[in-house]
Amino acid sequence: MAEKTKDILLGPIFDNNPIALQILGICSALAVTSNLSTTVTMCIALTAVTAFSNLFVSAIRNSIPSSIRIIVQMTIIASLVIVVDQFLKAYAYSISKQLSVFVGLIITNCIVMGRAEAFAMKNPPIPSFLDGIGNGLGYSVILLGLGFTRELLGAGSLFGHQILPKVSDGGWYLTNGMMLLPPSAFFLIGLFIWAIRAWKPAQVEADDFKMKPNTRVSDAF
Amino acid sequence: MAGKNESVSKTLLVAFLVCVVCGVVVATAAVSLRPVQNENKLIDKRMNILQAAGMYQAGVDVNEQFATIERKFVDIDSGEYVEMPESYDQRKAAKDPKQSERLSGDEDKASIKSQAKVAEVYLAQDENGELSRIILPVHGYGLWSTLYGFLALEPDANTVAGLGFYEHAETPGLGGEVDNPKWKALWHGKKLFGEQGEVEIQVVKGTVDSSTPNAEHKVDGLAGATLTSNGVNNLLRFWVGENGFGPYLERMQQASNVTEESSEAASVSETVESSEQPEGDA
Repeated sequence: MAEKTKDILLGPIFDNNPIALQILGICSALAVTSNLSTTVTMCIALTAVTAFSNLFVSAIRNSIPSSIRIIVQMTIIASLVIVVDQFLKAYAYSISKQLSVFVGLIITNCIVMGRAEAFAMKNPPIPSFLDGIGNGLGYSVILLGLGFTRELLGAGSLFGHQILPKVSDGGWYLTNGMMLLPPSAFFLIGLFIWAIRAWKPAQVEADDFKMKPNTRVSDAF
Repeated sequence: MAGKNESVSKTLLVAFLVCVVCGVVVATAAVSLRPVQNENKLIDKRMNILQAAGMYQAGVDVNEQFATIERKFVDIDSGEYVEMPESYDQRKAAKDPKQSERLSGDEDKASIKSQAKVAEVYLAQDENGELSRIILPVHGYGLWSTLYGFLALEPDANTVAGLGFYEHAETPGLGGEVDNPKWKALWHGKKLFGEQGEVEIQVVKGTVDSSTPNAEHKVDGLAGATLTSNGVNNLLRFWVGENGFGPYLERMQQASNVTEESSEAASVSETVESSEQPEGDA
């Protein structure tokens, strides 16, 4: 049992990572990772929402009619997201301003929905709660990596503290402006996925098709 | 068990209960947290004003620092002070057809479409109770977004004391450099109006130095962000011009001239200081 709990909690971090293996939740991963403080807030918010939505969905899973199960899950998730958003506005106002719509968009984050439907509907509350935390951590690992790289290379700082002195402030570090733009997160996620799959080859997907050998016999010119 | 769940009455009952429970939870959170949120919003706005005015000190309570600043309301057309309820919100009023005026294509240099008839101004006082800063809210379109900020002026209603934006979504590293303290420092001491009272302030391409004609009216644009720089240029010229705070600033200038003449000896040192600023800068 203890082994299984550990599996549920820690499995999603590298073995079954929601971003790197399931490729879910990419949208917010691009949007909120240009600096670390918003990244951390987003990670906490998403982990809390996933964990509690799993808990509540699982608690009433035996009473949910299957015809309206998706909308019931959505209602629970949406309510939790609004509550989280209200808390952020009250206790972390400047960060909630930077996150703006992306807290609200946790509702549409496939990770939350996916775990509610795939895990919480079939398992008791406590393992569901842990599964939510685990997936939140898996999401957080990738996001923190992105946030760290993007803020350090893009602005030369971490959590807003200057680490590398910028050229514009008289230092030596020429900032990489592209790191602050969303596309850089795509490249970095790609590199992360590459690294994880090189480390754990079991995650490499089978090819969808096979290349035919070149049918031309003559030399190209 | 599945069969028991699938009946129409059960479906409706579950849907209803889920809605009620979620509704109560959401409403409770929203209502109980509202006072804290409003407090945060106010502190945030006050902090922006203090930062634009160059009066912000980190680590000191914002409300305490704001104690010397008075909020007043100005009628845009006449430039006169008017009374408004404390809850008046200029940004909301600008979107309300009853409280705003639509701007035609020519007038609308800042691309803001409509403008509130009554604007907020903030007047800061020094230790002696004399006017030390006039702080005006300004906004206008840049490249991607509307930039919202505050322009702080010296009591002569002509010399810029500071300019800061608290809300925008310009490209980080390019247009986003409107937040760069070094760029913001360039504004200090610039003059808004020429001899005849015409709007002269301008954001220009290339560096501004002592050899630039009219350097006291010109500010170096942001490298790689021509459209954002143009936006800042347009919005400033709009807000200090005749459709913006022009009439109000004219009144403030007259008022400051009168006090200057009546107490000329006392204010000589001050005027010398403020007129020297641009040359020192150049």
